Amino acid sequence: MVMEETNTRIPSPIGENKIRLDAREKVTGAALYADDIQFGSGLLHARVKRSPHPHARIITIDTSKAKALPGVKAVVTGEDYPGYIGLYLLDRHIFCRDKVRYVGDPVAGVAAKSEQIAEKALQLIDVEYEVLEPVLDPEAGVSPEAPLLHPDLEEYEVANFISPKPGTNISNHFKIRKGDVESVWDECEALVERKYRIPHIQHVPIEPHVAIAKVNETGEVTLWGSSQSPFAQRNLIAKSLGISQSDMRVIAPYVGGGFGSKAGVSMEALAVVIASQVKGRPVKLLLTREEEFYTAFVRQGLVAYFKMGCDANGRLLAMENKFFWDAGAYTEYGVNITRASGYSSSGPYEVPNVKTDSYCVYTNHPVGGPMRGFGMPEMHAGLEQCIDELAGDIDMDPVEFRRINCLKTGSVLVTGSKMHPIGLPQCLEKTADAIDWGSKAPPSAPNKKRGKGIALMWKAPAMPPNAGSSAWVELAEDGTLTVGVGGQDIGQGAFTVAAQMAAAALGVPYEWVRIATPVDTLYSPYEWQTVASRLTWSMGNAVVNAAKDARRQILDLVAEAWEEDPQNLDIVNGIAVSYKSEREIPLKDIAIYGLPKPDDQGWLGGPVRGRGNFMPSYITGLDPETGQGERAVVHYTTGAQAVELEVDLDTGRIEVLRAVSAFDVGRAINPELVEAQMEGGFVQGMSSALFESMQLKDGVMQNPSFVDYRIATSTDVPLDFENIIVEVPQDDGPWGARGIGEHSMVPTIPAIANAIYDAVGIRMEGPPFTAEKIYLAMLDAGIVK
Amino acid sequence: MAFHRITFNVNGELEQADIPSNMTLLKMLRENLALTGTKNGCAEGECGACTVLMNGEPVNSCLVLAVECDGAEIVTVEGLSHDEQLDAVQQAIIDAGGVQCGFCTPGILISARALLDRNPQPSEDDIQTALVGNLCRCTGYVRIIQGVQEAARI
Repeated sequence: MVMEETNTRIPSPIGENKIRLDAREKVTGAALYADDIQFGSGLLHARVKRSPHPHARIITIDTSKAKALPGVKAVVTGEDYPGYIGLYLLDRHIFCRDKVRYVGDPVAGVAAKSEQIAEKALQLIDVEYEVLEPVLDPEAGVSPEAPLLHPDLEEYEVANFISPKPGTNISNHFKIRKGDVESVWDECEALVERKYRIPHIQHVPIEPHVAIAKVNETGEVTLWGSSQSPFAQRNLIAKSLGISQSDMRVIAPYVGGGFGSKAGVSMEALAVVIASQVKGRPVKLLLTREEEFYTAFVRQGLVAYFKMGCDANGRLLAMENKFFWDAGAYTEYGVNITRASGYSSSGPYEVPNVKTDSYCVYTNHPVGGPMRGFGMPEMHAGLEQCIDELAGDIDMDPVEFRRINCLKTGSVLVTGSKMHPIGLPQCLEKTADAIDWGSKAPPSAPNKKRGKGIALMWKAPAMPPNAGSSAWVELAEDGTLTVGVGGQDIGQGAFTVAAQMAAAALGVPYEWVRIATPVDTLYSPYEWQTVASRLTWSMGNAVVNAAKDARRQILDLVAEAWEEDPQNLDIVNGIAVSYKSEREIPLKDIAIYGLPKPDDQGWLGGPVRGRGNFMPSYITGLDPETGQGERAVVHYTTGAQAVELEVDLDTGRIEVLRAVSAFDVGRAINPELVEAQMEGGFVQGMSSALFESMQLKDGVMQNPSFVDYRIATSTDVPLDFENIIVEVPQDDGPWGARGIGEHSMVPTIPAIANAIYDAVGIRMEGPPFTAEKIYLAMLDAGIVK
Repeated sequence: MAFHRITFNVNGELEQADIPSNMTLLKMLRENLALTGTKNGCAEGECGACTVLMNGEPVNSCLVLAVECDGAEIVTVEGLSHDEQLDAVQQAIIDAGGVQCGFCTPGILISARALLDRNPQPSEDDIQTALVGNLCRCTGYVRIIQGVQEAARI
């Protein structure tokens, strides 16, 4: 681990490897997940009738036979729910009304006394369709001849930083026009032009989506779910149904893996709408693993074109990028992924001339959502391979090439703003050192070839400019602390880090802190969403502010009671102390009942409850024509990864032997949790590089099971990991911290691709680099016979 | 639907249940006995989140019919610790930092316990192979494998 020298005192337990708050309940089976909540015999089970067509008009839906089936309590279609729903672009109905736009689009829902009855009822629902021509490729989707999937695009409500193009299938077009690329191509010593195709993949949380909804007689809704976004769900579902946000309560226990798939609203509104037809009864909708694969959010596909050039000294002169995002039928987040990939389209490099067109394209594929990395793994997959190729074209070492061009503090970014203090150059050096860059070990067997690859990355939290966090802290009679947060622990350790911050900011031992769970929009403080790797930074700031507020209340009280200056007081290990009078009093003696006045006639203080919030105030817009602006994002986390691998010449199988990661996290609040993110993200990235692809044929996923959609298992992973923490503090992060959750899978695909090239000299159009594809490519290239 | 009365032992306690023919062991554990530590991740025997010990052997409880459990001895994650004393593998996985979202954790602990019961000194390879049927999407497996190694050392 590498510490950047600073003058700030870092209080305990910041920077300490505290054991996760939730570890014990998770290893004993006591931790509660949404599907574990017991609702008793009144529980109804919901199932959803889905479109078998990628694109069709609904002619009629006949639910009469289903309604007549004994045990069926409700059958719902889109007829009664005209409202639109969506995060940035309100482009879908909860249940389809006029058209279906992907295989799996919900057309009707059933609540019944058992899952079997509900399933049987689905078969009794007759839907007549008029099949329409589908759009199955994003590049084809932008052509004027393509069938128009959303003729009403012009009428949809949309956030002001998203630019849909009504009359086309483009739900957002984001542009960068920096400098003048055309004028410099001739000056380039080397040019690389490449096309990459990144397939759709699935998040594959081990816990499938589940939602349980109950609507009472007066219309108040309670929703229990596996959710990264309880507050966003409250807001978006209430808006769509035309009810008050206060009448919509979301309770979100532990999440069994999210990776973005449980952000925003995916299937939760279906359960609410079905439950509204059986008032007073809880209704559970649990996705099957098959439904999980293609009816929950998927990672969008991408077709990317890169053109980049450098001078003879290896300096990048220009980049011209075109991204066609296969956003699917609707775009909960896709429009903003398109934007984020646009304003990050230079990769982590200073490039004077950049032209980018990033298109979010409606297709008749599953709905694209946010996935760990939010467009960055897909974009970096091609970009970081082009960087290697460009370096090769001028006979420069790829590490040296990156050394010259990578972002440094003060670099001018692709959006025209200046880079904040950044540890990317250190990440590059340390990664190259750790992987012994430049040396090549012999392969483990004669039929194997060995290679090394490296890649850099950057990523900013992609969110609205005013995404906010809030928190409270409360002391109990024994002086222990309960911290209220609205962010969610989806495995990353957010609760643990929040507890460490609260302990440090208030001055109590970590073991005295607990988090008020489950997150419940009725009682928990507001949090925008658990996305964008923003909690440590944003929610962290709110927690620190709340703890400081409580601390100030306590110190003011003690100062008044002891007739001292608060400046001379402190809270250490749960005891308020005076450095002047050397008096001390444990927090338990003042937290609830206050203190007697100095003259002992009456009391001071009262139950202590600190409050805090945080919202960035400095984000400006970007010019819609040039993508240039003062400050488009809150910050960038940057880093590097390198791998060493072997390619089996007999089978094409790739074995990753060693992985090195280095990320600049500003400040590691809990270094072990940071390292755990680096490892987990690497393996998820490696899995996407080697195995994963949703095989979509005419809009139908061919492999919606763990048998046919393979993810990395315990036997696939390298056991040789080196995780390097670089700490260049963030000016507005708690003790300098910024996020790391998503970043660790961003550079993995290109690091592996570059290593494959180093080993056998082949490059593929896109992942997954399966044994079969690699073997056939080696055959084509004449490497094997 | 025919119902069957079965008697079996779960986590050291004798239980009796009247269950329909098509009920899985997973469903019986979670719904009839409220032993919700055993998780449902795919219901088709691929993810391993529902792994329990049946007569000492790890099984995917989503693929076992409850009627097959008549007379059987079942251990779920709730049965690994005794009198608040964690099993060595539970403690070791915590200490190694092998827990993230926690959803695969119960199944992994059961598979690891089964491995250590039949092979108290497993190699890294043995551990990787024993856990191959337990999918984890968060941790990258490394810290889990280290945890099981540590548990074997104790």
